[in-house]
Amino acid sequence: MVEITVTVNGAPQKAGVEPRTLLVEFLREQLRLTGTHVGCDTSQCGACTVHINGRSVKACTTLAVQADGQNVTTIEGVAAKDGTLHPMQAAFKEYHGLQCGFCTPGMVMSALALVERNRAATLTEDVIRAELEGNLCRCTGYQGIVRSVAAGAKAMGATVGKVE
Amino acid sequence: MYAFDYNHPKTTAEAEAAFKAGDDASFIAGGQTLIPTLKQRLRQPSHVIDLSGIADLKGITVANSMVTIGAGTCHADVAASADVRKAIPALAHLAAHIGDPQVRNRGTLGGSIANNDPAADYPAALVGLGATVHTSSRQITAEDFFTGMFETALNPGELVVRVAFPVPKRAAYQKFPNPASRYAVVGVMVAETAQGIRVAVTGAGPSVFRVPAMEAALAQNFSASAISGVQIPADDLNSDLHATSEYRAHLVGVIAQRVVASIA
Repeated sequence: MVEITVTVNGAPQKAGVEPRTLLVEFLREQLRLTGTHVGCDTSQCGACTVHINGRSVKACTTLAVQADGQNVTTIEGVAAKDGTLHPMQAAFKEYHGLQCGFCTPGMVMSALALVERNRAATLTEDVIRAELEGNLCRCTGYQGIVRSVAAGAKAMGATVGKVE
Repeated sequence: MYAFDYNHPKTTAEAEAAFKAGDDASFIAGGQTLIPTLKQRLRQPSHVIDLSGIADLKGITVANSMVTIGAGTCHADVAASADVRKAIPALAHLAAHIGDPQVRNRGTLGGSIANNDPAADYPAALVGLGATVHTSSRQITAEDFFTGMFETALNPGELVVRVAFPVPKRAAYQKFPNPASRYAVVGVMVAETAQGIRVAVTGAGPSVFRVPAMEAALAQNFSASAISGVQIPADDLNSDLHATSEYRAHLVGVIAQRVVASIA
């Protein structure tokens, strides 16, 4: 067992983990934060996407010990404390960015990261699609997701190009 | 995943000492290959030594026509670096198209080249640009570094510390990506360097290789048509469910011509 301290959604969490524990296992099974999903478990689908120090990563391909001393944000840390949805979450609801919803936590976490990464430029549809490369959805055909991300980005103050 | 002990050294010397102390230790950089390998129980290291806490392995500097990148620098940082984009845009472009954003936020230059996956992008940049690998004990030219499929000149416990890329007169990289993984089915870097034209191919063979016939033709006439007749033998190329060796051989020519056309 290794003792780690990870700040998760703003609160320091001290825990003992086996070195082989994945970050997603630590979040789901030890902290019971089950909003982060495991889809493929092979680094492809992105359902497990969380932020470490503001950057999107796949929690199924990160060891919990690698997050020691870092700031982790999961989907549970995105909405306001009173439950008011984050503008990106609200946009997913408004623009039908989901059907079954399994990929949605990862999509939202990737969307938030891509908006921040592209603050300096206009967010075009091509950029949104390219930046969602690491997230798979098997229901929507992505149209609603791309529209949601564009609307959410706009609500976050980003400059957004035309999205069909 | 099998159980292992975990070390988190702060210096390269501590990392090397930790490696020696383990019976069968493994370094971990970004872990984007190692963790999936461990999950499939394809490896069972006694110790996993995490290099992410070593400050000396991080960072990008540009000086004297040389771009030097720390082994622990992630692909996203190389892609986003204004210095790299200005000095060697082809290198920033290459880094920006590895895997996906989440992979680029974790995966590192040192991890990629030490693994030497035949379909990885970085080997084409190192060999194409004539880079030098600085390890914890010596300097190795890129061509001597990559020795075969998943094989490098690194000795057990030897660490990649940084890679120095000479700034070329012009260079470009393109790949035919696997549509699912974005690994290179074939990737080609063409560079005009102080030492002449270099053409490096990844994805096609067991390990990155140069194409002397194309380099000679481009030295005479830097245009796509100059290399349209160069035949790449398929005999030693990779063949898998994504592409046969003959298909890859053909792709090398097609991609190389596109790359040359983009900077001719």
